[in-house]
Amino acid sequence: MLEIKNLYVRIKKKEIIKGVDLTINAGELHALMGRNGSGKSTLAHVITGKDGYEIEGDILFNGESILDKTPEERALDGIFMSFQYPVVIPGVKNIYFLKAALNARRKYKGEAELDAMDFLTLIKAKIKQVGMDESYLSRAVNDGFSGGEKKLNEILQLLTLEPTFAILDETDSGLDIDAMKVIANGINEYRNGDRAIFAITHYQRLLDYMKPDMVHVMINGKIVKTGDIELVHELEAKGYSWLEN
Amino acid sequence: MSEVIEKAIEQDYKYGFVTDIEQDTLPPGLNDDVIRSISAIKNEPDFMLEWRLKSYNQWLKMEEPTWAKVDYPKIDYQAISYYSAPKKKELKSLDEVDPEILKTYNKLGIPLEEQKMLAGVAVDAVFDSVSVATTFKEELEKHGVIFCPFSEAVQNHPELIKKYLGSVVPHTDNYFAALNSAVFTDGSFVYIPKGVRCPMELSTYFRINAANTGQFERTLIIADEDSYVSYLEGCTAPKRDENQLHAAVVELIAHKDATIKYSTVQNWYPGDPKTGKGGIYNFVTKRGTCLEENSKISWTQVETGSAITWKYPSCILKGDNSVGEFYSVALTNNFQQADTGTKMVHIGKNTKSTIISKGISAGKGRQTYRGAVKIMKNADNSRNYSQCDSMLIGDKCKAYTFPYIEVRNSSAQMEHEASTSSIGEDQIYYCNQRGIPTEDAISLIVNGFCKEVFKELPMEFAVEAQKLMEVSLEGSVG
Repeated sequence: MLEIKNLYVRIKKKEIIKGVDLTINAGELHALMGRNGSGKSTLAHVITGKDGYEIEGDILFNGESILDKTPEERALDGIFMSFQYPVVIPGVKNIYFLKAALNARRKYKGEAELDAMDFLTLIKAKIKQVGMDESYLSRAVNDGFSGGEKKLNEILQLLTLEPTFAILDETDSGLDIDAMKVIANGINEYRNGDRAIFAITHYQRLLDYMKPDMVHVMINGKIVKTGDIELVHELEAKGYSWLEN
Repeated sequence: MSEVIEKAIEQDYKYGFVTDIEQDTLPPGLNDDVIRSISAIKNEPDFMLEWRLKSYNQWLKMEEPTWAKVDYPKIDYQAISYYSAPKKKELKSLDEVDPEILKTYNKLGIPLEEQKMLAGVAVDAVFDSVSVATTFKEELEKHGVIFCPFSEAVQNHPELIKKYLGSVVPHTDNYFAALNSAVFTDGSFVYIPKGVRCPMELSTYFRINAANTGQFERTLIIADEDSYVSYLEGCTAPKRDENQLHAAVVELIAHKDATIKYSTVQNWYPGDPKTGKGGIYNFVTKRGTCLEENSKISWTQVETGSAITWKYPSCILKGDNSVGEFYSVALTNNFQQADTGTKMVHIGKNTKSTIISKGISAGKGRQTYRGAVKIMKNADNSRNYSQCDSMLIGDKCKAYTFPYIEVRNSSAQMEHEASTSSIGEDQIYYCNQRGIPTEDAISLIVNGFCKEVFKELPMEFAVEAQKLMEVSLEGSVG
């Protein structure tokens, strides 16, 4: 589904990603671990098309290069990212934002846009899945939300928009154990054989709930080690320094 | 700021086209004779001419104000023609209407029947929707509501004009109000009698009326005891005459237990988006008096047009328990400048005022909120709530806030909130990542920002206002 080929990324002349190759197939969950500043979030933003990067190499999504596509085109093609720091949009109701996003997608796929009533029925079912109170729908997007609520709201968007490829950028950071379980459940609801997940994380706990197919470790802009869940346990015990050099 | 955002806020003025038609016009210049001519053309009674001359002499002694945060080249008042009216002809069908005018109506999307009314085609009873206007008129008359052009009111109701004209905005009030008092040509007059709730929003009808109002409009609305009226002033019509100065005056008078709701959507030509050349100078004095107890005046405005806006719809809260409200959205894009806000003067006891102002600046737009809240000595237990929010789009625009507060009674309660935000690239990117294109994202965010004001507008206007914001901000519409 996603193929990253010999990727180099620079921001203002500084090389952040230094040659990454990665293939993620439908149905798989890949975890990416590594220290702060190793280039994990940059990789995520390059996949979703954020402005301001100098890029060499290629990224293919369903066999097609996406580097020339705008962020919204990539999103409409099925790439979703749960933000590490979800953005606050004052004054815009959550429900209105979600409806605009879903209808943009439906329109793109040639499906009829949902009217307010149909959307309300749909979103009420989705919000139940993540265990959020309905009152969050009429609040402004992420405005005054706690860290955990913001992350839950990202998962609500994931379940509503039903993308085929989901990047989770430290979705587990700053969550208590109960919230982590809820989020893991939400993500597991989303998983199926046609969808893939790319989870960036620092912790073992979320991965214990989600059972990744592959675990990659990024150090200084390169993937230096790839393994299975055992690698996570090893990292938990030994840290990253044994992988350096 | 990214190119994407800059591109998205560029736009062409959708309504900017000029219609070539013959007009009766006085030669440029201003003196006693010109004022006498205007009064004579209008066949006015002596008291009106006297008032105009008095205003003119006052104006001569005054100086153009410079305290507003707006820049424009000096206006040559002798280069302006102070009277201009389309030539009157009796028309039988739209075929006889100047095709230039028809083209204009079609570009604006004005319905056929309304086009006929605008063009002055004799009403044909066969057309149902045309007779709607007649029905409106009959319905209003049945309730004793007077709603007519100002000049007609001068002829038919001189006693009301004499009593109320200048009672809220005196001819000495300010430079532009004095000028307007001297040379105004027409406008609207509304009188709602005691105990009457005006059966309809005075809107569509006004649009029809508005065709013949000049650049110096004068509006006078009187709500007698225990009456209610909602008045809508829509300005999406083309306004691109050579004279760029529009100095209007609006006076509202609310008697005991009466309510006046005044809504404006203003979209006059803002000038060339690339050079800033041209555009309307909108220098308006709008004020209402809550004359007696329990009266209420509510201003709602959506200002997206004009090169320069200088406008402070205000409320004088004289009556005990009276209420003043001001809800405003102002957008300045490209080279537009706006200095706008309100004044709430609390004189009576238990008076309440609310100010919600939303300013949006994009491009090189410059915007100032200027508001004054005065609590006078006898205004026991008065309350004011003010909220002034500014939003910046891009990094070349400016926003200023000047709230003046003057309290002379210690029992007053004042609340003031202000915020400045900007549409950030991170917000746009977040929306993009959810599949929402940049232009839609901007309009989503801006509409969210303006929501509190839009909900004060009558339904049909709210939709129009929302569309107008989109048109004013998007690059794709033009």
